[in-house]
Amino acid sequence: MSVPAVLPAPAADEPLLTPEEERYYLASQWQLIWWRLRRHRLAMGSFWFLLGLYGIIPFVEFLSPYALRTRHPDYVYFPPQRVRFFHEGAFQGPFVYGHTMTVNMDTLKREYREDRSQIYRVRFVTRGEAYAMWGLWPMDLHLVGVDEGGTLFLLGTDRLGRDMLSRIIHGARISLTIGLVGITVSFVLALVFGGLSGYYGGMLDIAIQRLIEVIRSFPELPLWMALSAALPARWDPLLIYFGITIILGVIEWTGLARSVRGKLLALREEDFATAAQLMGASPPYIIRRHLLPSFTSHLIVSGTLSIPHMILGETALSFLGLGLRAPITSWGVLLSEAQNINAVALYPWLMLPVVMVVLTVLAFNFLGDGLRDAADPYA
Amino acid sequence: MLRYSIQRLLLMIPTLLLISIVTFVIIELPPGDYLETLVSELQATGERADLQKIEFLRKQYGLDQPVAVRYWVWVTGLLEGDLGYSFEYDRPVSEIIGERLMLTFVVSFAAVVFTWVVAFPIGVYSATHQYSWGDHGLTFLGFLGLATPNFLLALVLMFISFSWFGVSVGGLFSPDMEEAPWGWAKVADLLTHLWIPVVVIGTSGTAGMIRRLRANLLDELRKQYVVTARAKGLSPGRLLVKYPLRIAVNPFVSDIGNLLPQVISGAIIVSIVLSLPTTGPMLLRALRTQDMYLAGSFLMLLALLTVVGVFLSDLALAALDPRIRQGAGGTR
Repeated sequence: MSVPAVLPAPAADEPLLTPEEERYYLASQWQLIWWRLRRHRLAMGSFWFLLGLYGIIPFVEFLSPYALRTRHPDYVYFPPQRVRFFHEGAFQGPFVYGHTMTVNMDTLKREYREDRSQIYRVRFVTRGEAYAMWGLWPMDLHLVGVDEGGTLFLLGTDRLGRDMLSRIIHGARISLTIGLVGITVSFVLALVFGGLSGYYGGMLDIAIQRLIEVIRSFPELPLWMALSAALPARWDPLLIYFGITIILGVIEWTGLARSVRGKLLALREEDFATAAQLMGASPPYIIRRHLLPSFTSHLIVSGTLSIPHMILGETALSFLGLGLRAPITSWGVLLSEAQNINAVALYPWLMLPVVMVVLTVLAFNFLGDGLRDAADPYA
Repeated sequence: MLRYSIQRLLLMIPTLLLISIVTFVIIELPPGDYLETLVSELQATGERADLQKIEFLRKQYGLDQPVAVRYWVWVTGLLEGDLGYSFEYDRPVSEIIGERLMLTFVVSFAAVVFTWVVAFPIGVYSATHQYSWGDHGLTFLGFLGLATPNFLLALVLMFISFSWFGVSVGGLFSPDMEEAPWGWAKVADLLTHLWIPVVVIGTSGTAGMIRRLRANLLDELRKQYVVTARAKGLSPGRLLVKYPLRIAVNPFVSDIGNLLPQVISGAIIVSIVLSLPTTGPMLLRALRTQDMYLAGSFLMLLALLTVVGVFLSDLALAALDPRIRQGAGGTR
């Protein structure tokens, strides 16, 4: 901000700025963005929601009632179970009834009936299946559990009798991080290519712009399909995971690179860039130190808006059987088990992971929208 | 205008060349080739593979040649309209994909039209009624369409139409129409089946379109000339249609470049779920079995569809907006 050379002499008794004004003028750009974002209620709600989601990632074993791969052969395709509080009119605290299973001989569908004589209390922070916390030390504490002999399938079970809630919580780990890793890849690519293109211009710029145009004119899905078909089937699931994130990132970077280029083209003409050049700063230094900071906020906005794209991309790939595969569990992998009309008609709870996908994608979009409004605090 | 069109047309040549290279690299990426897939499949079923025949086939299709030679053969073939030979179907690629490509085009085109028809009124309404309940509600609905994975929406719609209307919606035709020759009856049959894939594919792009039209129109509505026109007593409806809308509608035309790849991607996944006779299922299978010429020519034609679509939208944009026509080489 330019300061007038001659300040009007303030009257002796009245201060130049009110405390609020002073606070505003002294605030950093990031503080201003934060203040603006805070006024955007939908964006803030999404922000806390996402923070909560990402917050559970380290603790999935503790939060999920069962382990990822525990099968309950007696409870296959078990519908979501109701937690009750009153038994025959008397308050009992949270509990579940036991169940008996019969097979309907006409439809061969398993039918479960509540057995009201059996009562199992729902316990909080209770001992359950053993697991290794962060792979380091053994633990058997779970946030919720049920008395010995009872079952607690809040969102039902799948075709092997595995608890859907636990699987959705575990799937969050993969589904949520895939966007972050992917966005890192595409950020790096966008900064390098967009930077080269925008700062140097000329032939290099033309070549890179052509390349971007080519990638953009490919329908993404066939490109994803082709690239992930190229991942060797005998790779370790973890390697496949990184392969998929890199594929998603490699295809996603073009939009970001375009905006980097556009900004750089405009900014390199500014006086401060010329000044830095004359003082002998190297191009990477100028880009990093002088040019990038002035549009980091815009980059963050674009990043936020492309993460949901990647999450949806992963679901689509996994659904086609070209993405992640069991034993890795992501929301896409879970949904690929709900892909026949049977699941929709008979076992609709298998589609529940989609609720998480939709909520996450919506939250990222709303947050990105709010950030876009807030990104330019001087406007 | 003519100069601009020619310029734009010439620009397509290097783009298409690059696309062909990228396509070829992609289909060459997986280790092994179709014949190896074939051998392992034969072995898996317990049959003995005739090594001599395999060797013969390998020579016949030039699979023993270096990559550059194969690329050259493929690309020059493409220029002459020869799309190559499918190993799996044992027929020329052009014979297999002709009708499928046409149907893909029909579905994609319908989806783009759907997106426009839905997004346009909603966008205009949202901008003129900013922050009203209608604006929030419709925007939210648009986002919901964006956030729901296509394949799941397709499944649910399929279930609904089956259980409520009793119509089975797999495919694009009724069973008795499948083999029928083209005629009005068949077109009508196609239309009754078309709506599900079109709705499913269309919803994912609608939100973006609404947002952009709304943002652009809002920018225009805040400008001085709108105030002036209003002060002079122009009726709100006429004012809107005559000035701001004409400027704000640009992205609608130019955005087809972004919309088209998205629509074709959507069409592929939806056609796999609904088992439509379009390119999707066949491309997926071709990629898996490394039926490379089939997959490659498919990818190439889909990309061509996009490039031509973008070209047409650029022309339309130039016709609409003199600023682009006169400024050498438009910017998207």
